[in-house]
Amino acid sequence: MIQNSDIQAEVQSIFSLLEEVKDPEIPVLSVIDLGIVRDVIITNEDIVIHITPTYIGCPAMGVIEMDMLSLLWSIGYKNVKIETVISPAWTTDWMTESGKQKLKEYGIAAPNKNSKLVRNIFELEENIACPRCNSEHTLKISEFGSTACKALYQCQDCKEPFDYFKCH
Amino acid sequence: MGIDKNLISSLFVHADTALIHGQRLGELCGHGPVLEQDIALTNISLDYIGRARLYYDLISKLEGNNKTEDDYAFHRIESEFKNLLLVEYPNKDFAYTVAKQFFIDVFYYHFFLQCIESKNQEIISISQKSLKETVYHKKWSSEWIIRLGDGTDISHQKMQNAVADLWMYVGEMFVPTEFEQAAIKENLMADLLPIKSLWEAEVKDIFSIAGIKQAENNWAQSGGKEGNHTEYMGYILSEMQYIPRTYPNMIW
Repeated sequence: MIQNSDIQAEVQSIFSLLEEVKDPEIPVLSVIDLGIVRDVIITNEDIVIHITPTYIGCPAMGVIEMDMLSLLWSIGYKNVKIETVISPAWTTDWMTESGKQKLKEYGIAAPNKNSKLVRNIFELEENIACPRCNSEHTLKISEFGSTACKALYQCQDCKEPFDYFKCH
Repeated sequence: MGIDKNLISSLFVHADTALIHGQRLGELCGHGPVLEQDIALTNISLDYIGRARLYYDLISKLEGNNKTEDDYAFHRIESEFKNLLLVEYPNKDFAYTVAKQFFIDVFYYHFFLQCIESKNQEIISISQKSLKETVYHKKWSSEWIIRLGDGTDISHQKMQNAVADLWMYVGEMFVPTEFEQAAIKENLMADLLPIKSLWEAEVKDIFSIAGIKQAENNWAQSGGKEGNHTEYMGYILSEMQYIPRTYPNMIW
């Protein structure tokens, strides 16, 4: 007989497994770091995983889904379904602290804590630190960077450009 | 429970507007005025296409016919599309691109703000997600209206010309069709009349900072929401639908 605790253990083990699935654009981050895996639901032999997209048009989501399915199939899970859930809307608040640290080590500035959505014209997000030299003397070059989720900044001290993962 | 044709048609207006606008923005890939804005425009395009996908998904669910987003995007003809005429207008220059973007961003900002109160949960979800992105888009386009309007004499003139040429297409956003009226009455979709005053106030604000004069003639072209499109639409669809129509049933 399957106990609830068995199911719980299974759910936890799947969450751990999913740490192996990385964001194709930012390979140091796993889907768990990003906070896009919202739920793992096991009923009988079926597994349903709820994921939520960062930005609606994010082209990486299709790849991420395939990677998740491939990984689980390769381990032997057969009946796996991935469902996209758009509500509640993804927010950078769901990114793990370790994820933010990995971003910085990779050269991308992590989303600021407690940052509100910057909405007024010509308003800038405050205190974006350069991931290389930590200076907060940084300048936004463009609202949209190499991907929809990132903005392009330049450090005014060490002069290096860097991507900033925008608060969303 | 019957199929709510009014709601479906109303959703098509916004699905198709998002798709066609995303397509027009996609044309600029590699052709932006400077690299960072090329990237900005294509990112905005992605957001809009993503939004179209969400709407088509919902429409498919409501129609209950197992159609996919590809069926709706690539296998419908001109008269079946219900997008706003404004988004068909070509990107004559960067000022036109910015003006078009600004006009629909301000509209959609207020539209989604209202739609998050819809009686339909899925519409609420789509609207919450889209609202976040629209905040960025509106910031981007408002800033560019100001930079160009209050820029050099040349940029000011080009911005002024773009606004003048596009002005006759903005009215359509605020005049509900019969099917939209029905959906509004059921508290499913946003009421367009209050959005009009909010839109006018916000546009006036940004224009005054930018030094741009509004046209005085308020005659509005219409018909897009009923499948009567500008001549540009045929070309847009030929390009967008070319591959799926030429090689139907092809799979990757």
